[in-house]
Amino acid sequence: MKKQKRPVGKTIMILALIFFYLPIIFMIVFSFNESRSLTNFTGFSLRWYEKMWNDSEMMESLYTTVIVAVLATVISTIVGTISAIGLSKSRKIVQDVILQINDFPIMNPEIVTAIGLMLFFITLGIERGFMTMLLAHIAFCIPYVILSVMPKIRSLDPNLADAAMDLGATPWQALIKVIVPQIKVGIFSGALIAFTMSFDDFIISYFVTGRGVKNLSIMVYTMSKRVNPSINAISTLVVLFITIVLIAVNVIPIIRAKKLGIRPGDIKGDKTPRI
Amino acid sequence: MKRFSQLAVPYIVWTVIMLLLPMLLIVLYAFTDTGNEIMTFRFTLANFAKFFTDPDFLLVLWRSIKIALKTTVICVLIGYPIAYFIAFSSDKVRDMLILAITLPTWINMLVRTYAWIGLLSDGGIFQSLLGIFGLGDTELLYTEGAVLIGMVYNFIPFMILQINTSLSKMDRSLTDASHDLGADGIQTFLRVTLPLSLPGVVSGISLVFLPAVSSFSIPKLLGGGQFFLIGNVIENQFITVGEWNFGSSISLIMALIMMGTMYLIRRLDAYSSGRGKERELT
Repeated sequence: MKKQKRPVGKTIMILALIFFYLPIIFMIVFSFNESRSLTNFTGFSLRWYEKMWNDSEMMESLYTTVIVAVLATVISTIVGTISAIGLSKSRKIVQDVILQINDFPIMNPEIVTAIGLMLFFITLGIERGFMTMLLAHIAFCIPYVILSVMPKIRSLDPNLADAAMDLGATPWQALIKVIVPQIKVGIFSGALIAFTMSFDDFIISYFVTGRGVKNLSIMVYTMSKRVNPSINAISTLVVLFITIVLIAVNVIPIIRAKKLGIRPGDIKGDKTPRI
Repeated sequence: MKRFSQLAVPYIVWTVIMLLLPMLLIVLYAFTDTGNEIMTFRFTLANFAKFFTDPDFLLVLWRSIKIALKTTVICVLIGYPIAYFIAFSSDKVRDMLILAITLPTWINMLVRTYAWIGLLSDGGIFQSLLGIFGLGDTELLYTEGAVLIGMVYNFIPFMILQINTSLSKMDRSLTDASHDLGADGIQTFLRVTLPLSLPGVVSGISLVFLPAVSSFSIPKLLGGGQFFLIGNVIENQFITVGEWNFGSSISLIMALIMMGTMYLIRRLDAYSSGRGKERELT
């Protein structure tokens, strides 16, 4: 390919980036607005942050979101990794059937998964609230972990664990010291997907929650009818948090590579996938 | 080695209880009546009859499919040039642009959609922009257009990334060969680049169309309850009305429609990638 200036392409690209970032920048700017208006910027103030801080409903929803996301990520990463290792050693037919069911929450429209889980909890007479939300999040996060760990396991030498055990490792040691380090890239990206899926989730949480337990998405959904600039404030904090996480995830491999003396391009596989 | 397979046993039990059983419950509720008492259910098709005989519900279904189609077409038309530009940039620029496009998708979808309320509301930036052309009092928020913008905004990154992937994988010597053989830019694009990128377009379509059909938060936030889609009907049946049997049958209808669409899209994909291969060889 020759080097081209491509003015048309550049214009389209710049317009696209404006389209993508305008709402986010707008939100950040107006979170510092003095007045309630969403259209006129009247002056700088931190009153919406103060209001957010004193709004127990908002802070609780933030707390619920973070706690659920952290717990769901930790549990689903551990369970998903162990299950993926187990499944890879199971009979073909078991593996195929379970992976097929495993795909349900990924392939199905979210609202169908949500309704299924809601009916499930109601039918069993489980009162909906924090626990049901956490269970539902674990249920839809594990499939993503398995999906990202499975290919790494399949590319392993099947005799690896046997070799470790022949050399005197217990099965547990073989698992933790030999297999897990080999598939840690898959585990890490699975955990990252699980975290963002849980942190972002609205539909499933909305249907399986109860007793006033809300996460951030549900809070925005129920509050969106009246103008409330504190939503901009809390959203700005979320944007800041996600940006820091993303930059860390993208920069850490580069720093690590520099320390090891490899060019960053060599560890492209470390890049976190996005579904 | 065999004993590692036992590690999967708890998850096998879990998938059956937490993933399979809920789906079976939807089917069970969809085909039964008498409220929400699981022990006294009776088999019936009345829920489906209710949906297909009521023109209001059919209209909402049609409207949902229509707006999802519009969203998909816009995403292809806008997404393709963007993906094309990214794919043919230098490696460094490409990585940066992909990060720039992925970044907003990591931010909570409700939050991103909420941000559009301010932009589109009366006296907001977009209305002022239209004011320049003398269209200052066009209503933007709570219209079909607002819902459409919200959907395109939320779903277009998936389209761009899919098309970009298949364009980036393309063998660059093919376009050079086409130029050497006397084709001009447009001919090369239409007969070499476009056919080879179709698999990306097709998988992009399924990633945009399916979530768009079932979306209910975007129409609620930007359509303001005046623009009802099938997702909103389902939400209503479960959250407000409490008609779980009817709600389940609507969900089942929607799931079947989506499965049918997926099947069609896959067939299209097989066809287009088959053709791509053929062209690659000749």
